Amino acid sequence: MEDILLKVDNLHAGIEGKEILKGINLTVRPGEVHAIMGPNGSGKSTLSGVLAGDPKFTVTDGSADFHGVDLLALSPEDRSHEGLFLSFQYPVEIPGVSMVNFMRAAVNAKRKYFNEPPLSAGDFLKLMRQKREIVELDNKLASRSVNEGFSGGEKKRNEIFQMAVLEPRLSILDETDSGLDIDALRIVAGGVNRLKTERNATIVITHYQRLLDYIKPDFVHILYKGRIVYSGGPELALELEEKGYDWIKQQVDNQ
Amino acid sequence: MSSIDQYISLYEHNRETIDSHAPHALNRIRPDALSALKRFGRFPGKRDEGYTKLSLEDMFAPDFGVNITRVPFAVDVALSFRCDVPNVSTLLGVVVNDSFRPTATLLKNCPEGVTVESLASLAESDPDFVEAYLGKLSNNRDAAAALNTLLMQDGVVVRVKSGVKLDKAIQIVNIFNASADLMGVRRVLVVLEADASARLLFCDHSQSGDFKYLSSQVTEIFLHRGASLDFCDIEESTEQTSRIAQLFVSQEEGSNLTVNGTSLTVGTTRNEYHVDITGEHCDTELAVMAIADNNQIIDNSARINHLASRSHSNQLFKYLLDDHSQGAFEGLIYVAPDAVHTEAYQSDRNLLASTDARMHTAPQLEIYCDDVKCSHGAATGQLDQNALFYMQTRGVPRAEARMMLMQAFMADVIDRVAIDGLRDRLRHLVERRLSGEHAVCGDCAASCHN
Repeated sequence: MEDILLKVDNLHAGIEGKEILKGINLTVRPGEVHAIMGPNGSGKSTLSGVLAGDPKFTVTDGSADFHGVDLLALSPEDRSHEGLFLSFQYPVEIPGVSMVNFMRAAVNAKRKYFNEPPLSAGDFLKLMRQKREIVELDNKLASRSVNEGFSGGEKKRNEIFQMAVLEPRLSILDETDSGLDIDALRIVAGGVNRLKTERNATIVITHYQRLLDYIKPDFVHILYKGRIVYSGGPELALELEEKGYDWIKQQVDNQ
Repeated sequence: MSSIDQYISLYEHNRETIDSHAPHALNRIRPDALSALKRFGRFPGKRDEGYTKLSLEDMFAPDFGVNITRVPFAVDVALSFRCDVPNVSTLLGVVVNDSFRPTATLLKNCPEGVTVESLASLAESDPDFVEAYLGKLSNNRDAAAALNTLLMQDGVVVRVKSGVKLDKAIQIVNIFNASADLMGVRRVLVVLEADASARLLFCDHSQSGDFKYLSSQVTEIFLHRGASLDFCDIEESTEQTSRIAQLFVSQEEGSNLTVNGTSLTVGTTRNEYHVDITGEHCDTELAVMAIADNNQIIDNSARINHLASRSHSNQLFKYLLDDHSQGAFEGLIYVAPDAVHTEAYQSDRNLLASTDARMHTAPQLEIYCDDVKCSHGAATGQLDQNALFYMQTRGVPRAEARMMLMQAFMADVIDRVAIDGLRDRLRHLVERRLSGEHAVCGDCAASCHN
């Protein structure tokens, strides 16, 4: 059997009784980069939230198999331990919780999940140092509260830093390019590319083609009205950039 | 019939006994307290303004014993007690029930110009000093204060003479240890003369947890010109312990006061802070935190009177309420007609960790002159669900994430604690408290929570 990392099948989900995802099918294999694009309100962020286990959303039908594990049955923390990572469009500020304590709790929770002893203080700091370099994150940020007072660029770099520390098998980057200037975008994308391996995969959720200049997708999907209505190669992103979403909308709405 | 009557009749039937076990400087102000009590007629209850969550009438209703004949306690309670605060070397005194006992180290190391002594014994040796201060601020202004004056027989006096700056913190540990339900009438008098400075740490504990205890505490603090006091108070008793603690402060010109109150474990407690700023260029900081669960009730009330111009005060109150616990905050900043250029701020922030916890808050400003900077505000909310989810997606289990957020909520109050070394200790105590363990002090042999 071929190696499948994530298989989403007929996924339906909504919020407060309103259905937003209306049958998502998506297959991701190790080493692949998928881009999910679509107009505002098409359900992109809902899809990432549902996969990560945001309790705001209710799954009403369908399944998501994550390397043999029933993803939707797991708590958000266990999804993380199993190798799922969500980079937030709007990373949450947590006043009073330092980055260091936050990451130590995260790292050691994962180790506990796999019956490993906690990292020693020395090893942990070494790990932090190594991973910080990937996104050129300032050491000073480590002693600050999580995301508190971080600039837009620092918040997104912090997301990729956490991704580097947790070494996920599947990363979902939700609108990672929003709020980034071009330099920050290059650093963030560079970090994502450095973390890419044969074993892991990435789903990039974005409005614009711009990010895809830096993170090259193997597949591009168009999400519209809660369904993936069109899939193609990287050239589809360019076509969207040129023609907008209207032609897709017309095609779908006329069916 | 009010619960006040049983105490009036206790006093009237035992007047001679009470007086014979206390010095004249204490006895001489009892008659005024008695007539004040009779005038009040009852304690405030929930229908009275400022007592929404807590009825003093109910608190005083049980028939507590009062140790009026001064039956001595087992001395080893004081000797066995070691409430170590790591990295804080203190001059330690112990109040068992309501009697003060200094430790040997206190007697040996108390520096020149500093008095930490039993109120009863100082009232014998220096009655003029005690008479000049005792009761002058509490002044029978309400029933609880008058009752304390009516029944007090001992207490603690801290006096720091002019210009003396005390390095070491003075620590007073209040312990209940009795073989019956007991009311402890506790009295504290703190006088810092001009340009003196000191740090005071109070810790409340209860032993023999089967019995009900009620602590009636009145603390009067006089800060003379340029004096500086850091005052910390940690409540860590048992759910069978109730307390009404009233703090009265008078600040003269250029004096500084920081008060850190921490309620960790107690059944029902009311803490009152009355501060009169009578001189210019004073600084007053109140940082108070309360953590409650089960059916605990924590009621804090603060009144800062700006009676002179150009002084600064700042209040921060934070409550973390879980289960069926209840919290109340009544805070008033009063700015007198002449107190121009006053800066006074007040903030109350509360976190409800369960749907059954309740918080009542009433921040108030009364300003009678122009040209001041004042603000007040209150907010009550729940744990940030977005932050919880964010932490979970990074693998932090929900329970641990909740705890980290609750601790984070208290971080800024703890940061304001003025005694070095105590901040780390408080962080630790809060962590232990939130994880459901009783925070037993490191080397303590007293087993308060057995």
